[in-house]
Amino acid sequence: MSTAEPLLAAEAVTRTLPEGVTLVTDISLRVEAGEFVAITGPSGSGKSSLLYLLGLLDRPSTGRVLLEGRDTAALSAADLAALRLSRLGFVFQFHFLLPEFTARENVLIPIRRKGSLTPDAGQARSLELLDALGLADAADKLPEQLSGGMRQRVAIARALANDPALVLADEPTGNLDTKNAAAVFDIFARLARDEGRAILVVTHDAELAQRATRRVHLVDGRIVSDERQ
Amino acid sequence: MKLILDLARGMLSRRRRQTLVSVLGVALGVAFFIAIAAMMSGFQTYFVQQVIDVQPHIVIKDETRSPTPQAAQMAMPDGAVQINGVKPVDRVRGIRAAGDKLAIIEAIPGAAAAPILTGTALLRYGSRDVSVSVTGIDPVRYARVANIGKDMLHGRLDDLRSTANGLIIGDALALRLGVEMGDTVVAVSPRGVSLQMKIVGIFHTGIATLDQGAGYMLLKVNQVLQDRPNVINQIQLRLADVTQAEPLARELESRFGDRTESWEEQNRNILTVFVIQNAIMYSVTGAILLVASFGIYNIISTVVFEKTRDIAILKSLGFTEGDVQRLFLVQGLIAGFLGAVLGCLIGQLMIEGLAQVRFQTATPAGNDRFLLARDWRIYVIASFFAIASAALAALIPARRAARLDPVQIVRGAA
Repeated sequence: MSTAEPLLAAEAVTRTLPEGVTLVTDISLRVEAGEFVAITGPSGSGKSSLLYLLGLLDRPSTGRVLLEGRDTAALSAADLAALRLSRLGFVFQFHFLLPEFTARENVLIPIRRKGSLTPDAGQARSLELLDALGLADAADKLPEQLSGGMRQRVAIARALANDPALVLADEPTGNLDTKNAAAVFDIFARLARDEGRAILVVTHDAELAQRATRRVHLVDGRIVSDERQ
Repeated sequence: MKLILDLARGMLSRRRRQTLVSVLGVALGVAFFIAIAAMMSGFQTYFVQQVIDVQPHIVIKDETRSPTPQAAQMAMPDGAVQINGVKPVDRVRGIRAAGDKLAIIEAIPGAAAAPILTGTALLRYGSRDVSVSVTGIDPVRYARVANIGKDMLHGRLDDLRSTANGLIIGDALALRLGVEMGDTVVAVSPRGVSLQMKIVGIFHTGIATLDQGAGYMLLKVNQVLQDRPNVINQIQLRLADVTQAEPLARELESRFGDRTESWEEQNRNILTVFVIQNAIMYSVTGAILLVASFGIYNIISTVVFEKTRDIAILKSLGFTEGDVQRLFLVQGLIAGFLGAVLGCLIGQLMIEGLAQVRFQTATPAGNDRFLLARDWRIYVIASFFAIASAALAALIPARRAARLDPVQIVRGAA
């Protein structure tokens, strides 16, 4: 990875569904390490679609997405999965924790899947992550025993499990009250500032978006503004 | 893989009741298979043993498999020869050069042979006449190929040698004639020879045709009775290894030319029935397992349906399609494996239960219970089929799960 390469780059990305609906049109975007980017826009503007494209969950119809300088278009589904596992972290609106497993086990799943840590080191890492998000006491609780804000923080801990360079969040505060929503954004800001991770957050909440260091505004699948603090 | 196993276990343990039902379905299929297979194969093994026990393993007869070739046909093997009005040679029937053949057979390791002359005779006692098939034997040699010795109720096979014109008959025949040990009957052969014979033994084999209509005497006596001096018309063989009967029979037939039948050939109709019986058993238990696999298909489908969000998150976390497919396949395998283990236990219990059953009827062979084969291979076969069908049933929903697009799921949920 050369330093000249941005962490993430989208070049003229357009995504059209087979039915003919265009989700995003001609998006070009560069994200550097340590940036906290809020993607805003009215519903249906293609925010989430863009996030899935940048998160390698979806492939663009035209244009290309480069992660750390690598063109992802040429990669197989398994290669993309491997990249998501080790370089990316996802947080969704609904926390999507596996209900059968405790908070710690949920955080452990990506660590174990990657398999680069010993079982003991994995356990330690999961506890450390939960602790850093103020969830030390919740480690051995099932998701149903946790509040919405706690669950979302567990999901963030899980997204951070394999030390990703880029964290992508799709309306992570959509189901949270103002206080918890603010707390989640504070966590993201800290992750970007202190740990140098790039954070991409899709939100429709303009006020929360102000906490980000950069705001990309989408209307009808096109970037209409891109402002930095 | 351990992770996949843990995830699968977690998902199944959340739906214990459903899992239990599908596991039970598989278990019942396995158990029934084991119990039915034990009964059938037990009975078949018993039956074959009885057949092997009672009958000679190989019989050499005084006939050929195909009619004697005519000289004209031998002279022109490829010609279209038509022969009319052939008059068969009226030669003395019987196995020729029997002594040499016996010597050759006795030289084969693990084989015992006995010369025999069979025929029919009319036994007359008082006013009663019964037609029986009589067998002329050499008691010492015959004892090595047949088990009639151990079926004797009164007297011994050897008594034939110590009594002039001794006769051994079945107990049912003795009853019909109204004779007892030591009584003298008159035997008349189709050739018109008649002999006074003394009953020196009575046997009971459990096989009605033998008990009602068979008699044994010395070979020499029967040769006199049938007016066929120095003739034998059968050589019976008993082998140490019964599985060698068929190949040895073929070898002897090609060597001697006499029609030679193994016990398998003589009982082919019954052995065919066994094949059909087994086919029925496999289809019945196959049907049970099929129903059980629908149960597994159902539960895995439900899990996949309910777990679409989890599938999306696992994929976004970096799980591949293969991982997701394995995750659900493993759940089917777990259900199949648990079903197989439980089924083996239930099957074992069913066998033990069947072993306690007693029939109130006294069968001729003296069996009043199920004959059960306790064969570990039955368990292995049943378990294998259960796990294989479970895997197959889980494969379809597992593949569907693997192909789910996380983007569509997340979009649908948001």
